[in-house]
Amino acid sequence: MSDATAARRMGRGTERTILILLALAAVFAVAAATGARFGLLLLIGLGFGITLEGLRFGFAGPWRAMIVRREPAGLLAQLLSIGLVAIVAIPLITENGTELIGAHAPVGFAMIGGAFVFGAAMQVVLGCGSGTLVNAGSGNPVGVLALPFFAIGSFLGASHLTWWTDLGTAPIIVLDGYDGAAMTLAGLAAVAAVLLLLAAPGSRKVPPRLWVAAGLIAALALANLVVAGQPWGVVYGLGLWAAKGAQAIGVDLTASLFWSAPGNVDRVRETILTDVTSLTNIGIIGGAFLVAAWRHGFTQPIPDLPPRAWVATVVAGLLLGYSSRLAFGCNVGAFFSGVSTGSLHGWVWFVAAFLGSWWGVKLRPMLGLEGRP
Amino acid sequence: MTRRATMLAVAIMVGGLIALDLAASVPPNPFKAPPLLALGSGQASGGAHCAALPPGR
Repeated sequence: MSDATAARRMGRGTERTILILLALAAVFAVAAATGARFGLLLLIGLGFGITLEGLRFGFAGPWRAMIVRREPAGLLAQLLSIGLVAIVAIPLITENGTELIGAHAPVGFAMIGGAFVFGAAMQVVLGCGSGTLVNAGSGNPVGVLALPFFAIGSFLGASHLTWWTDLGTAPIIVLDGYDGAAMTLAGLAAVAAVLLLLAAPGSRKVPPRLWVAAGLIAALALANLVVAGQPWGVVYGLGLWAAKGAQAIGVDLTASLFWSAPGNVDRVRETILTDVTSLTNIGIIGGAFLVAAWRHGFTQPIPDLPPRAWVATVVAGLLLGYSSRLAFGCNVGAFFSGVSTGSLHGWVWFVAAFLGSWWGVKLRPMLGLEGRP
Repeated sequence: MTRRATMLAVAIMVGGLIALDLAASVPPNPFKAPPLLALGSGQASGGAHCAALPPGR
């Protein structure tokens, strides 16, 4: 090994050590400044980010793979992860209904429409709720641009939520207890069976990294529930960031029924370092940042995209945020956490968003987001 | 151009968000923080989640 190569490797090693120490220092700083629970939530968020980026576990990409190439591996891994959480979470929430809450929301017209639009938009930018955070953290320029508009959309969607829910909303339906867990597992198994039936020949095998990722994501989601008292979510935190920004530039939040509600007033008044979904969101961005820096040290080139692709990214970012509020969550808050805590709206979200994704896959090349040859 | 620029932009975006938030928010009090784990704490879950209904609905 030449001296230059050895020096370069030592430099990368030092860079990586500094990154890990900075991440741990951030966790300890948050714990010291705001409380141990909040430091632990940031650590859980970092775990999500490292797992999602490090093991390439996602939502938008696997759905696209199933729609375009009939490859179900990524989607099967999602179902496994949701099932692992459901086995523990549904009975646990039933037994500890005060301390723990599920991602329980009603099915309604706006909820279904919101999920459909979200599914389409997430295929346009190839980034869902968690995916946009991961993409931004890893320096993907589409994710970096989409993220602030996702936050603005989420803020606006929350502001208008009551108008949309008044269009027609059914009562909340929850599958609870051991029976609820069994019904959820049966539903997941049925979806998995359909996917395997539809799969292209030779594409039914799930790679080992996805099994590992499914297990890690399930463990982190359960940790999130036990520590925070609520399931993993993304979009509330993003809307809160924009709400704070809006207030800082003089927007009167008391005019909004949503943002003037006591719980939300507290969240806007207090720091985001005490908000559950903000902390895990920051952790996901940070975890993806760590992995990207570890792997390629910021050297990947930025793709050459036409102007209409950047405009489409801004519009899709706004739609992702707005629609996910109407749908009572994104792929994380509604699909992953809704289904794994027994909420019927999670299942309806899955169907509507998958149909939307089918359209989004067709839209993506028309908007110039496939890159230039 | 490489991702060095976009990753720097993300770091500035998140760092700036936290700095502005800390400047504009009520100072946190770690001595009034909730217990480490919600499960077993005896306290009602007080966090905000995207699945939560609007108030009064």
